[in-house]
Amino acid sequence: MNSHLIDVYADTGSVLHTADPRAKVSAVLLLIVIVGLTPMGAFGAYVGFFALAMAGALVGRLDPLLIVRRSLIALPFALAAILLIFTVPGPPVLTLPLTGWAITAPGLVRFASILFKSMISVQFAALLLATTHFTAMLWALGALRVPRVLVAIISFMYRYIFVLAEEAGRLARARDSRSAVLPGVRPRSRSLVFRARTTGRLIGALFLRSFARSERVYMAMVSRGYRGEVRLLNPQPLTARDALIAGLPVALGGLLLAASLLLG
Amino acid sequence: MHHTVEVENLSYRYPNGVQALRGVSLHIGPDEKVALLGPNGAGKSTLMLHLNGLLRPDEGTVRVGGLPVVEEHLGQIRAWVGLVFQNPDDQLFNPKVFDDVAFGPLHMGLDEAEVRRRVQMALETVGMAGYADRLSHQLSLGEKKRVAIATVLSMEPKILVLDEPTAGLDPRARRSLIDLLRGMQRTMLVATHDLLMAAELFPRTVVIDEGQIVADGPTEAILADDALLAAHGLEMP
Repeated sequence: MNSHLIDVYADTGSVLHTADPRAKVSAVLLLIVIVGLTPMGAFGAYVGFFALAMAGALVGRLDPLLIVRRSLIALPFALAAILLIFTVPGPPVLTLPLTGWAITAPGLVRFASILFKSMISVQFAALLLATTHFTAMLWALGALRVPRVLVAIISFMYRYIFVLAEEAGRLARARDSRSAVLPGVRPRSRSLVFRARTTGRLIGALFLRSFARSERVYMAMVSRGYRGEVRLLNPQPLTARDALIAGLPVALGGLLLAASLLLG
Repeated sequence: MHHTVEVENLSYRYPNGVQALRGVSLHIGPDEKVALLGPNGAGKSTLMLHLNGLLRPDEGTVRVGGLPVVEEHLGQIRAWVGLVFQNPDDQLFNPKVFDDVAFGPLHMGLDEAEVRRRVQMALETVGMAGYADRLSHQLSLGEKKRVAIATVLSMEPKILVLDEPTAGLDPRARRSLIDLLRGMQRTMLVATHDLLMAAELFPRTVVIDEGQIVADGPTEAILADDALLAAHGLEMP
């Protein structure tokens, strides 16, 4: 099973990779909040944030283009805001023919701001994912007091998504290998209803198997002493180095935010 | 503490009405190694689930290490009985090998240094030292089976209960697992369809069919009894 969609971690052994995952998770969350608080149209600050993310990629010995490419995933979500270019009142820049809808200047500014802010936020997150192993991140979330149940659910998802995908693949293969066609006989599998029904049964089988598996996993947990509380190993204290690695970009981001608020 | 298992007249019916066990009685002494044979659906797994209280008897009693398997002793009994499920994807529910092997000791309330020592020890015992930081989903079936055994060895159990440890393994992985089990001095109950492994490792064999024990004695004698084996869907390779 190919897991590259989830395992985007790339170990280059940089200072970012060796930093405490709690420091990195907190820094990235704070940076995302800072980006979110930056006012609309503060494009100078956006360039600063972008430079920060790219600097992070270089310090992490990652390809900056890779980080930019991963942030494209934010595009479809940001497109949901496209209507703003028509709805925000202001002087029209361009009037669309036929419909008579006017694109306004403040609308454009707001849409571009949302687009840039969401892409920069995803860049910080991509940086975190590329420099922190998923299991280290799970541990950091638990250590940072994210509810244990939530962390456990993410952990199970990460563990079993591969198992499930393999199971689904086997079911689909079993279906395909019996989807034979006789010469001169019109196969029922041509009909959309027939195929939809087969797929429905396949999904049902997958659900039932997963349900039975969850029971067995729970028994395996209980038989090893689980009594409703997920325990973690105690965290080591954060070092000055970790504080610096997390603090520096957050401080720079904070300065950019302050500048954009004061100047804007 | 005697590492014994005493099952008296145990009956169990699943909520869906299947009568899985009918009056099973079984005594296993300290450090005795016993093979549990029987066709699919005979009740092997159901019996095993009673040994650390995952299922409770409808009738009869189960005692482990002299303690009855009841609510107040469950914590202690689950620390004594290391139960390894057949499918390692059920046994290994953490993304990382270390976290799975550490799960038992952590939930027993041991301190961090002791947890790390036990993880190290358990992985070494099953020949998987150096795999602590690997992801379970990237292991082969044979490796998963070994790690699954490590997840209970880290609890330092007195009694090992294994469900089909060699099922699905290729000959080399099977051989290394058999060698691993041979080296362990513990009370052991192992459900299996692998009659050659039973002959090789276990002095005593119990045959179960339709929820009842139909034979219990020296492995050599039971495996030589073709009529008995045939009557219960078993066959020497």
